[in-house]
Amino acid sequence: MFQSPLRIPLIKGRKTYQSITSDLLNPLMNKPAKLWYLGITLSGTALLFGAFMIFWTVWQGIGTFGENRTVGWAWDITNFVWWIGIGHAGTFISAILLLFRQKWRTSINRSAEAMTIFAVICAALFPIIHMGRALLAFFIFPYPNTRSLWVNFNSPLVWDVFAISTYFTVSLVFWYVGMIPDLGTLRDKIKKGFKKTIYKVLSLGWKGSARHWHRHEVTSILLAALATPLVLSVHSIVSMDFATSVIPGWHTTIFPPYFVAGAIFSGFAMVLTLMIITRKALKLEEYITVSHVENMNKILIATGSIVGLAYITELFISWYSGVEYEHFALMNRATGPYWWAYWIMMTCNVISPQLLWIKKLRTNIIFTFFLSIVINIGMWFERFVIVVTSLHRDFLPSSWTMYKPTIVEVGLFVGTLGFFFTAFLLFVRVFPVIAIAEVKSVVKTVGETHPENL
Amino acid sequence: MKKYWREINSKKGGQEDLQVAKVRDGDNSIFNLFSGMKKDGSASRRDFLKLCGYSFAISALASCETKVRKAVPYVIAPLEITPGEANYYASSFVNGSDYCSIMVKTREGRPIKIEGNSGSGITMGGTSARVQASVLELYDTNRYHGPLKNGTPSDWKSVDEEISDRLKIIMETNGKIILITPTIFSPSTEAVISGFLEKFSDAEWIQYDAVSFSGMLEANKLSFGKQVIPDYRFDKADLIVSMGADFLGSWLSPVEYTKQFSSKRDPDKGMNYLIQFESNQSLTGSNADKRIQMKPSHETAILLNLYKDIIASVENREIDAPPSPVDVSETSKKLLASQGKSLVISASNDKQVQLLVNEINKSLGNVGQTILFESYLRVRKGLDENMERLVRKMKNSELDGLIVWNVNPAYTWYDREGFIDGVKKVGLTVSLSCVPDETNRLVQYICPDHHYLESWNDVEAKRFKYSLMQPVINPIYNTRQMQDSLMKWSGGGVVFHDFLKGFWGSSFMSQQTDYLTSDAFFENTLQKGVFEPAIPKTETESVKENIDSIPFDAGKINHQKSQCKVEVVLYESIALGEGRQGNNPWLQELPDPVTKICWDNYACVSPVHAKELGLEDGDIISLRSIELPVHIQPGQAYGTIGVALGYGRSNCGMVGDGTGVDVWPMSSLKDGNIAYYSGIDDIVKTGKKYSFAQTQTHHSMEGRALVREAGLKEYEKDPVAGNELHVHFTETARSLYKPREYLHHHWGMAIDLSKCTGCANCVIACQAENNIPVVGKKEVARVHEMHWMRIDRYYTGSEDDPEVVFQPVLCQHCNNAPCENVCPVAATNHSSEGLNQMVYNRCIGTRYCNNNCPYKVRRFNWFNYTEAGTISGNLRDSAGMTSDLRRLVLNPDVTVRSQGVIEKCSFCIQRIQSVKLKAKEERRAIRDTEVQTACSQTCPANAITFGDMNDAESEISRLINSGRRYNLLEELYTKPAVNYLTKIRNNKS
Repeated sequence: MFQSPLRIPLIKGRKTYQSITSDLLNPLMNKPAKLWYLGITLSGTALLFGAFMIFWTVWQGIGTFGENRTVGWAWDITNFVWWIGIGHAGTFISAILLLFRQKWRTSINRSAEAMTIFAVICAALFPIIHMGRALLAFFIFPYPNTRSLWVNFNSPLVWDVFAISTYFTVSLVFWYVGMIPDLGTLRDKIKKGFKKTIYKVLSLGWKGSARHWHRHEVTSILLAALATPLVLSVHSIVSMDFATSVIPGWHTTIFPPYFVAGAIFSGFAMVLTLMIITRKALKLEEYITVSHVENMNKILIATGSIVGLAYITELFISWYSGVEYEHFALMNRATGPYWWAYWIMMTCNVISPQLLWIKKLRTNIIFTFFLSIVINIGMWFERFVIVVTSLHRDFLPSSWTMYKPTIVEVGLFVGTLGFFFTAFLLFVRVFPVIAIAEVKSVVKTVGETHPENL
Repeated sequence: MKKYWREINSKKGGQEDLQVAKVRDGDNSIFNLFSGMKKDGSASRRDFLKLCGYSFAISALASCETKVRKAVPYVIAPLEITPGEANYYASSFVNGSDYCSIMVKTREGRPIKIEGNSGSGITMGGTSARVQASVLELYDTNRYHGPLKNGTPSDWKSVDEEISDRLKIIMETNGKIILITPTIFSPSTEAVISGFLEKFSDAEWIQYDAVSFSGMLEANKLSFGKQVIPDYRFDKADLIVSMGADFLGSWLSPVEYTKQFSSKRDPDKGMNYLIQFESNQSLTGSNADKRIQMKPSHETAILLNLYKDIIASVENREIDAPPSPVDVSETSKKLLASQGKSLVISASNDKQVQLLVNEINKSLGNVGQTILFESYLRVRKGLDENMERLVRKMKNSELDGLIVWNVNPAYTWYDREGFIDGVKKVGLTVSLSCVPDETNRLVQYICPDHHYLESWNDVEAKRFKYSLMQPVINPIYNTRQMQDSLMKWSGGGVVFHDFLKGFWGSSFMSQQTDYLTSDAFFENTLQKGVFEPAIPKTETESVKENIDSIPFDAGKINHQKSQCKVEVVLYESIALGEGRQGNNPWLQELPDPVTKICWDNYACVSPVHAKELGLEDGDIISLRSIELPVHIQPGQAYGTIGVALGYGRSNCGMVGDGTGVDVWPMSSLKDGNIAYYSGIDDIVKTGKKYSFAQTQTHHSMEGRALVREAGLKEYEKDPVAGNELHVHFTETARSLYKPREYLHHHWGMAIDLSKCTGCANCVIACQAENNIPVVGKKEVARVHEMHWMRIDRYYTGSEDDPEVVFQPVLCQHCNNAPCENVCPVAATNHSSEGLNQMVYNRCIGTRYCNNNCPYKVRRFNWFNYTEAGTISGNLRDSAGMTSDLRRLVLNPDVTVRSQGVIEKCSFCIQRIQSVKLKAKEERRAIRDTEVQTACSQTCPANAITFGDMNDAESEISRLINSGRRYNLLEELYTKPAVNYLTKIRNNKS
């Protein structure tokens, strides 16, 4: 038989269609492992803790945060931007990589999209609860009302509302549409009971006919084309919350591309974190292979370098522009009282991904796992540095002050982490964590003739 | 009943007629609304549902009824009260020796704001922070609610009977009664007291001032033959040399002196020159053109050297003087150059120091020029020796009756244990004070006085300058005026109001010719508030004769310096003074103009000294076993520690109790007078830490052109000196957008940094006007303070001897406001008159505007400070500001903001609006300076000008065309409506 040593198979283990189905439905059909219970207990506790902190914040007021006269935003917006950033990988993988015909994405897109949706929910929480009057958050929607209220379309916060809600809707629809064939499979595999009814409804009468497949493919491509600009626009708009302001350190035109790169960077890191756990826990090593990890690590080098370049450009421009305040703001970041945050950011985001140039490291799962967490910490600090260190020393030295978080702010963050992991743990129990149909589409087309497979 | 027909059909008695008639009968009319009702009374399903819906709606509506609060309408409405309109009454603020002629703003019968009375020749429309805040004390729930006997509530009748009886017994047994009051400068009250003293012929009256001027009084008696404090005229002095006297902040009559001083700080009209010798970095020292640091015990030596130089030049006479601790040659040279136009003052309570000061002034010919005796002051008459004698008598059980009013020796007297012991040995002890204090805790009877806003009185703070006090509200509690109590016990049948009126008729009627009847005279004076007749010639002449004849021997002056390493200097803080107003949350939360710390006192240590001792900000040290937190204060003289008096109260109410540390025990008696400094040998570190509520923690301008300044010499050469950046920015500014146009008014403000002394009066005026909440110490420490107006204070130069600048900062009302375009819900927007407006009930609290404000003037309601929100059970009101009574001070024209919304300066839009309405009613244009914001109206330095920038003739237009005008952060092109005028320092020699 013809052998092609060039195309390495994306899926290892000489899978047949049947074995793929049974492998991937395995976690849904059996009782969860003890580890799963442990995980959900931990994340559920964090979630409840966060829920209480939300209640406390809304009841007692924003004074429960460490924010003050000068630092009006801190952990709340840091977390918001961080979560939004994390929510970028899913759509990037499923939309942009789909358009670029990157077939390796099929093993990771489902869970990455799920992650996107959970992350966007976490992110959307912060702009609401950081409001002094969260109960009136609906004022921010332009809807006809008797109060003669209308929103201010000049405000980037209003753009945020549209950007995030659109992004969330499109991501959700994309995720769901992509899942319909698998839901059909699930419906067929489950013999009876309530579960079957649910999957029956959710699968929308999927029969796997040629016409269904045709429409499914067309819809996916259309949605991908729709989602692609969103990947770029959401974080651009989020960055404009800062870029359109006058505050030195915020008022920067480089922010949109810088934020998008950073978002994909952190999103991929988070996907890696989850994937590495999932493939181990659900024994999916043959589906999510080292080469998947390596591919994602390459994206990390690319985006990490863009981010690093952006940091250095920012520094350069602050000096080159000759604007006294701008220059001070950047120097204050690097050498002021929050210097440690800046250098954590620099180390984690700029220096650490450069290690991935070494093939040995980028194909090392343990190292990658560790690095992905480091990057996420770094990206959190990036937002902290932007939000807090720009604000705490702005124009008038008389108003300069320091910021320290309170247990409430920490609790809210921990709560969103709790929500994120709880949602993900539930997700792996009810939906196939890898897109079965899509994996099947690549198993015979890529690497089928590779010696390894024969 | 006659039957009318409406149309042909009904005349014929058709179907419709029946139905109409049925409805009119009112029989089941409700059911007839439902058209399909069957005649037999049964309902269709449709009707049944309609009925269900109807009854549900009715019951739902009934349950939505709003709560009706108790409101009792006037049976006969008072003529002068129009709901929604303010009434102003002229009155006087008096607290101890603090005095101010005021106009009280009342709304619907309750006083809500104090303004200065511009008719007064003393305070000239200015106020101080303490005066502004005094209105809040009227509504203090910790005031006495009625007479008390041994701490239990009683009634006036029985208290009066018992006290009268016991006084009578004392009188019959030839017992000794003593009345202690602060200095009384009310002519009518003096008459009441002398009536009381006459009745109880052995009674004695002692005037006691906690911050005493008795050293000066004694010295003046020796130097001038008059035991009075003269009238200092800072407006006539070109050179002022002040030895530790914080005359712009707390010394003697700061409002008056600020008015006078600032009138000579206009670089276009010639400036005065202020040399300040002091230990603490005071407000006055911060405004000085030259500040020289000294230890308090060095004062005599410094003055002797000055005297030596002056005498050598004026009289060609040599005297001995010890080596001077600081170089005084420049000062003496300057003094000699402005003889008769200079003024030397000292805050010392040491007779010798004051004698020297008097001799220097005499030699310079200042007496009669800048120091006037014909219009001497009537405040601060207390002599320390009287109090000392009294305490001795009390301890020896020589007293039978003690009546105290408004003095608190158990807190302020250096030998408080002696006083407390003594009080216990007195048979009858009565207090007439209106608020609880440490002394009142010791007495048997408390017969509380009214608050001054509930009282009648008159004052004569300065000779021939009278001011009336009138009640502006019915007494809130069951209190009685102190004068009434005294008259009652001495058996007089009249009430004080009648007495006062009669007294004015008999005493002052002859000093005027405008009114023919005493009634007309009194009523008209009451309306104006002040009565200032010309000073009789005889008075002026009699002063001159005495002065020169009194000999003085400089050799007798004791100039021994203290042997102690460290000297603790006690001072009165701007906000609290000697501590009378300790229970006032506004004052407690007012950041000190210099240190920017509120809710505390602290030990100010010089930076070098702190380094030597290894002290850091917030370290707790022990000075003679009084533990105090350290504040490292640039400009503090090395080897001195400044501590504010007036803190650490233990019985003044929920707000003041336990706030700060009581340092009165560090005062001592020296040569018969109280000394407000004392030498100590060592500073003990306790190792404990303390954190302050400090509103400004960074003190350098970081080289930014925020406060622009220039020397007078440079200014005279070039009016844009120090302001070159403004010229540069105006020339180079370009915008893509069309500038905003203001067709009618364009409100603007100019703040003259040369005049502003930083006294922070405007901060409290703004707080009172705009219902700004008090947040408490913890919240201020978390940088959650709410003041709409703040005074930024920056140091320039070296840490040990800095120059200080003050800059009031409020919302700049930018034409291109960064806050406006970022608000997602358009809660902050721009008015057609240039105001940056805040719509509170639209705000959802994203704080984006606050982040994007380069001036950081927006304030967020972090918690439920006011109870105005919809969420309950989360009130944070540490100062009791939301109690029903305290709420009466709220200005009904200004919304009380709820939790979670942003607020900020509105340029007092309520005032603009009311003036506009008034002008409209009178069909005229608004006059210049007719609209006054709370800050501009009250500024004792006249540093703030408000007006219409579109009116080319207005004062504000004149100022913004001045070369000194600039905008804060103008490089951002926010185009603020608030303008600053550069600070010009007098650097001419």
